[in-house]
Amino acid sequence: MELSGAEIIVQALKDEGVDYVWGYPGGSVLHIYDAIFRQEELRHILVRHEQAATHAADGYARATGKPGVVLVTSGPGATNAVTGIATAYMDSIPMVVITGQVPTPVIGSDAFQEVDTVGITRPCVKHNFLVKRVEDIAETIKKAFYIASSGRPGPVVVDIPKDVTDPNVKIPYSYPEQVEMRSYSPVEKGHPGQIRKAVDMIMGAERPVFYTGGGVVLGEASEELRELVRKTGIPVTNTLMGLGSYPATDDLYIGMLGMHGTYEANMAMHETDMLIAIGARFDDRVTGKIAQFCPNARIVHIDVDPASISKTVRVDVPIVGQVKSVLRDVLRIIDDLKCEPNKPSLAKWWERINGWRSRDCLAYDQNGSSIKPQFAVEQLYQATKDDDFYLTSDVGQHQMFAAQFYPFDKPRRWINSGGLGTMGFGLPAAMGVQQAFPDASVACVTGEASVQMCIQELATCKQYDLPLKIVLLNNGYMGMVRQWQEFFYDGRYSHSYVDALPDFSKLAESFGHVGMRIDNPADLEGAYKEAFAMKDRLVFMNIITDPEENVYPMIEAGKGHHEMHMSPHHSSERELS
Amino acid sequence: MMRHIISILMENEAGALSRVSGLFSARGYNIESLTVAPTEDATMSRMTLVTTGDENIIEQITKQLNKLVDVIKLVDLSEGSHIERELMMIKVRAEGAARDDVKRLADIFRGNIIDVSENSYTIEMTGNGSKLDAFIDTLNEDQIIETVRSGPLGIARGGQRLSV
Repeated sequence: MELSGAEIIVQALKDEGVDYVWGYPGGSVLHIYDAIFRQEELRHILVRHEQAATHAADGYARATGKPGVVLVTSGPGATNAVTGIATAYMDSIPMVVITGQVPTPVIGSDAFQEVDTVGITRPCVKHNFLVKRVEDIAETIKKAFYIASSGRPGPVVVDIPKDVTDPNVKIPYSYPEQVEMRSYSPVEKGHPGQIRKAVDMIMGAERPVFYTGGGVVLGEASEELRELVRKTGIPVTNTLMGLGSYPATDDLYIGMLGMHGTYEANMAMHETDMLIAIGARFDDRVTGKIAQFCPNARIVHIDVDPASISKTVRVDVPIVGQVKSVLRDVLRIIDDLKCEPNKPSLAKWWERINGWRSRDCLAYDQNGSSIKPQFAVEQLYQATKDDDFYLTSDVGQHQMFAAQFYPFDKPRRWINSGGLGTMGFGLPAAMGVQQAFPDASVACVTGEASVQMCIQELATCKQYDLPLKIVLLNNGYMGMVRQWQEFFYDGRYSHSYVDALPDFSKLAESFGHVGMRIDNPADLEGAYKEAFAMKDRLVFMNIITDPEENVYPMIEAGKGHHEMHMSPHHSSERELS
Repeated sequence: MMRHIISILMENEAGALSRVSGLFSARGYNIESLTVAPTEDATMSRMTLVTTGDENIIEQITKQLNKLVDVIKLVDLSEGSHIERELMMIKVRAEGAARDDVKRLADIFRGNIIDVSENSYTIEMTGNGSKLDAFIDTLNEDQIIETVRSGPLGIARGGQRLSV
């Protein structure tokens, strides 16, 4: 089979099993778009801004576990994609981004729509390639998918100059079955000796805690984690990225930890003598002040990326390997050796944890006439808990309220930008999820500031009939910015008020969608019912919430886990134990 | 803050060098020197990099370098017995009576004069960094016209090798 470079790209994507590509055409990728036009299997989704293409592909990847694929042109196409690439990089999301480039003879001449894409994206990709010969396209694409989805996943950029895709130059095509790279060989199995040592330490511990992150989701290790937690009876806390990897409605789950984690999770971190970190990277929003982090604990850290181990916090037993494989080994050893946890100590430990739990740190007061954002999320849960439901989020207070108040029981159901914190992520990410699961119920919880960052994608949703539910918690502020200004800048709300807001209902309607405005707490339940009953329509729910509600508990940046601000609903605002 | 000399075997690909230098600037690590050239196998380059940092930083540097897809293998030579050599070419004024002095001094340091003009010598000298520093110190500042140094190269002692 003789194909042109452009046809090879399309064929290689098909051979890789790709069903959707999110993209935007332009000069340097015209040959590729022509090849897309002349076939039907590979479906291209036309976004309205390249940033949205990357977020949509990212959402697809987070929901399915398969790499998301993006196609954009050179210059501004590539630079617009950078935010989405960096978002995926920070959360280790597998993605392959194909960027057009100016023809090879003019590279470096400041040609029209030329940027050094490989240079610009280098710090925010797992790897990138510039393909200079048509003969190299197929193998490079194979490598790109291999690198993106193996080891610690991440985005890979493949930059392809226009002349390399010339429709008049045809070469024999074959897609490699597999690639081997001498410089890249991700680890699979963990070291048996280390695993054995970890099991002994865990079983002997008096106050152990599992601290588990996005790596459990990415590594498809939720089943193993559930088995391990239930077998040992050890409390488990999830990071923002790990929500759903352990069922939030289970009693052994003590909530999210970190800056806006639960009182019980953070206190348990502070008091534990044995921390078992699984697929988590000791992010600063989780650790708080390093010097006060888990002061009494020995630490086991299971991670596929050796560079994540002892990066910010020294650990006692590092185990490098795929989380799934390591947890299976752990479970096998426990079974083989009939290991038993330290039950009397654990019982005492649970007593303490339940004491912390009884403070009900997430309590809020929904007695007034304005809708509390927490209430809006709880009602969302009530409306969707029996559905095949996915929730994407933007960034800010609404994201934290959703993380705190929507109990996720399955992995890949909570989709948000944790590492980079990209406002504008939620709507396009939801498009990717809905595309992957057309029959699922997909909502995006957002704020009136975040949603405006990619609002143009309402057109894409119309074009492809994506019946998303936009749950806008509209408090008229950039809520998290305002909260910090209230706490740390004496209430000087510098530029955090979102003035001149559009009429979101009319806006949604102008794109051909359904708009709703809800400002009475009593109307929420019915509104959700009505919205989610419209299975084939996008419904934009503009929920007017209490403008000055804060997210509690809160650990200030640079403070320890035991130094939480508690909600004013509690007797003492700041709890120091 | 210990000085470490790290040898890196990497794919001889366009952009590989900037991945390494970019990593150092992005993560705020020091680079004292960096030298790179293809090996006897032209598909690979070998880089010698001198950096400073405490134990944790050096551990992170080696892990982050290993994580780069173009890096095949690396070794922190400072962990074992090794040899370092640096090449310097130094152009010095050599006029009148000073002409003989400079020649004598170069001989003492086992340098070779590789270019001569009416009023200057260019001397080639190899050694570890402190030897080259010492030679520079013996010259008067106004004698030196120009210097160029390669940065250290390193290799482990004994029969072991850094290879694929």
